[in-house]
Amino acid sequence: MTINQGGWRPEMGAASNDDAGATYTGNKALMLEEALLFEIGDTQTTGVDFDDVAGGVSRLGGLERNKEIGLAGLTEPQAVRHYTRLSRQNYAIDLGLFPLGSCTMKHNPRLNEKVARLPGFADIHPLQPVDTVQGALGVIAELGEWLIRLTGMHSVAMSPKAGAHGELCGLLAIRSALEARGDAREVILVPESAHGTNPATAAFAGYRVENIPANAAGRVDLDALKARLGPDVAGVMITNPNTCGLFEPDMKAISEAVHAAGGLVYCDGANFNAIVGRVRPGDLGIDAMHINLHKTFSTPHGGGGPGAGPVVFSEALTPFAPLPFVELQGKQYVLVEEETAGEHHASSFGRMAAFSGQMGMFTRALTYILSHGADGLRQVAEDAVLNANYVLRRLDGVLDAPFGASGPCMHEALFSDKGFAGGLSTLDLAKALIDEGFHPMTMYFPLVVHGAMLIEPTETESKATLDQFIGALRSVAERAKAGDESLKAAPVHAPRRRLDETAAARKPVLAWRAPGQAEAAE
Amino acid sequence: MRYLPLSDHDRRDMLAAVGVKSIDDLFVDVPEAARLAGTIEGLADHASELAVERHMRGLARQNMVAGDVPFFLGAGAYRHHIPASVDHLIQRGEFLTSYTPYQPEIAQGTLQALFEFQTQVARLYGCEVANASMYDGSTACWEAIAMAGRVTRRKKTILSGGLHPHYVSTAKTMAKFTGDVLETAVPSLDAAPDTGSLIDRIDGETSAVVVQYPDILGRIGNLSELAARCHAEGALLIVVVTEPVALGAIKGPGEMGADIVVGEGQSIGVGLNFGGPYVGLFATREKYVRQMPGRLCGETVDAAGKRGFVLTLSTREQHIRREKATSNICTNAGLCALAFTIHMTLLGEKGLRQLAAANHARAVAAAERLTQLPGVELVNDSFFNEFTLKLSKEARPAVRALAEAGVLGGVSLGRLYPGEADLANGLIVAVTETVTDEDIGAFAKALEGVLA
Repeated sequence: MTINQGGWRPEMGAASNDDAGATYTGNKALMLEEALLFEIGDTQTTGVDFDDVAGGVSRLGGLERNKEIGLAGLTEPQAVRHYTRLSRQNYAIDLGLFPLGSCTMKHNPRLNEKVARLPGFADIHPLQPVDTVQGALGVIAELGEWLIRLTGMHSVAMSPKAGAHGELCGLLAIRSALEARGDAREVILVPESAHGTNPATAAFAGYRVENIPANAAGRVDLDALKARLGPDVAGVMITNPNTCGLFEPDMKAISEAVHAAGGLVYCDGANFNAIVGRVRPGDLGIDAMHINLHKTFSTPHGGGGPGAGPVVFSEALTPFAPLPFVELQGKQYVLVEEETAGEHHASSFGRMAAFSGQMGMFTRALTYILSHGADGLRQVAEDAVLNANYVLRRLDGVLDAPFGASGPCMHEALFSDKGFAGGLSTLDLAKALIDEGFHPMTMYFPLVVHGAMLIEPTETESKATLDQFIGALRSVAERAKAGDESLKAAPVHAPRRRLDETAAARKPVLAWRAPGQAEAAE
Repeated sequence: MRYLPLSDHDRRDMLAAVGVKSIDDLFVDVPEAARLAGTIEGLADHASELAVERHMRGLARQNMVAGDVPFFLGAGAYRHHIPASVDHLIQRGEFLTSYTPYQPEIAQGTLQALFEFQTQVARLYGCEVANASMYDGSTACWEAIAMAGRVTRRKKTILSGGLHPHYVSTAKTMAKFTGDVLETAVPSLDAAPDTGSLIDRIDGETSAVVVQYPDILGRIGNLSELAARCHAEGALLIVVVTEPVALGAIKGPGEMGADIVVGEGQSIGVGLNFGGPYVGLFATREKYVRQMPGRLCGETVDAAGKRGFVLTLSTREQHIRREKATSNICTNAGLCALAFTIHMTLLGEKGLRQLAAANHARAVAAAERLTQLPGVELVNDSFFNEFTLKLSKEARPAVRALAEAGVLGGVSLGRLYPGEADLANGLIVAVTETVTDEDIGAFAKALEGVLA
């Protein structure tokens, strides 16, 4: 039956009266409006053909569905058009610069996509006998080995599903190690500039979170950290390079101080792209670090995942790493699951998710590492850092760089909203960049800088693109400093004007309801 | 190097513009001792597409491909046919290479698709609201247990023996650190699920009961009485669905009173991929929405009054709440959620029901054929597309022997429950629409040989 019972087709693109160039459809040439699936599909339409199934025996335990689910279907041409139209309302790396700081939005090579789809990787089941998946276990082992060597660490846990899951993995290993030596502690120290996942993860792992202050140069205040260390401190979580885009030159000293006080060091590897091939975090004394394969190793972000967050460990934490593991026994890879845990890995803190990790991300990341090779990965870090410094210095005198005086940045450049006039904000500048055809930078993060703008161009942008971006940023920054009121209306050329997020949160509408139902529910 | 646009000439110009002599001057903050002098041990220099593809194909060739052989594995990951247009659409660069929709004005494509996804999941599960996805079913299951604790302010959760053992292990790992008390059990080879024993164990300290539907052995239990008993004691019923296609044939858990329904969405739109990436589904009652983990997409209007979509209720999330967040989750399974929603759109209600009917019919046919063999008994009274056989021999070596005979013949309980002697002869067999009569015949013949 028709789901949209009113027979009403919403003119969701219908223009308001003040909209110059309004059209009958709401479309504007290539900018095409698209109704919701539930407004165009119905329960009797399908885009998949099935052979008729003879009505045989039912073994469903008397629980047959007897009510309509309410799922709308489309034929293939309708579905292809629906999602193609939706796709065109998205900005993407394939379209242009996507300089979200700390997100590492770099080009996603298509060879990686091709390889991940080889049936030998895409069409194998996680519980097949291990003799029949030696190549898959080989991918895990090979990628794991490169991650160990690139970071200078001792071992790797491949199963965490994303960066935050990797953080959790690292913290659980730290807690397990401390409990194993009968020294359960309570506090994790996190710098003020940390990504929100750090304190959330520490709390989830059962710790109380305390902030470490930053010094005037945007780095961890080593003296303040040392003063706080003590028998209650389980460890620190430090992002290096940090979220101000700066390397922590005291990292080794931090690690030594934490270790001397009996704690352990977690490093958030979100910003590994700046140092890959040039610095091995293991040489800085850290105990655990997650690696976002979707950042440094270019697996696609896909509109918000899936990610993958393998965690590398120091020797001290290796015994506590989570199951499962891939091990080479003779010439055969074996998968160490629950069954042998008691024998070989008695201290492992256990399993973090079903099966053996994000194979689809592993194949892509391994393809990427082999494509770049040792020389290419080093060049990745160098070009990423060069691009960021180029943006930083070309905006001298245009935007305030709070840590600009302390030397070069790493892979991202940080600015504040100092000097904006007429009540204009970072948000206004960001929205104006949308009209210029760029994705905005990360806004209002890190929290330690007022109206923060964090720009990470990555190594896959050309100089010409950067020059155009710098020109656009210069233009909108000058308008912001001149108090140009029109910025408040930006964006005016995007598929939507500014969206009312307050209204969305006040009275959440999280699923489509037919107009009659929606009113009845109120 | 094909992925790096800067030329040496650009690099020289840019270093000059920055005001430094060499790239090393940009790494001055890195202490000398921490700089890597050489390259990465054993890692060759950059390689061509051709060379890398050759290497990766070599690894891929060492795997037995499900589609090349009679294939009967399930137990939390299912092989279904995915329409060609699904993969085509998710590979559009505007979806593939976009990010979390933090700038909604230029991310309406992702956001509207998520809103449609949430609606589909809520309806499929029979719940009021669903989130924008979790990592996978196992992590969603733990998040549901944690959420129930926030709602009930209780610490004890009873897990059915029919819950996937990897999901149980995942929850046990987390509970060790949070102080939650989990009562767990291994399944027994009974014809019906353990609903009765769960009902008997609920008391005033129970935060939630977690039950899988259909369960790990494929059995389908009515949830209504269990839900009523949970609610009488102020506990929540969490239902886990590892095979969403089943819900095209059997009642939605929400219809029977489930408070939180979570599960694996892989069956719809996402290939086997050796276990990941998959997509966790998460749905609940509207009144609990502020206790829900994960991203949520909501409807709103823009400054010109046009309908649009945004991420909402982010005050629950880590980037705002930091250590007080409902979960530390940041990334969801965006692209897999998109694949799910596109496949579900192509199916629609009619197609999903036909797909479910085809699965059930194939499974009934396979069960009939296989139980004709000497030494093979069917454990289940009820099943959808997956059932458990009790063999006359230990199943784990039997599965290996079947693989040598070119048949991927199910998941042994010995693999899932090592050390449980009572379960060692159990074999979980999944039969989807991809299985042909010839496949079933080949499986029967090989199994007969292995058991002889």
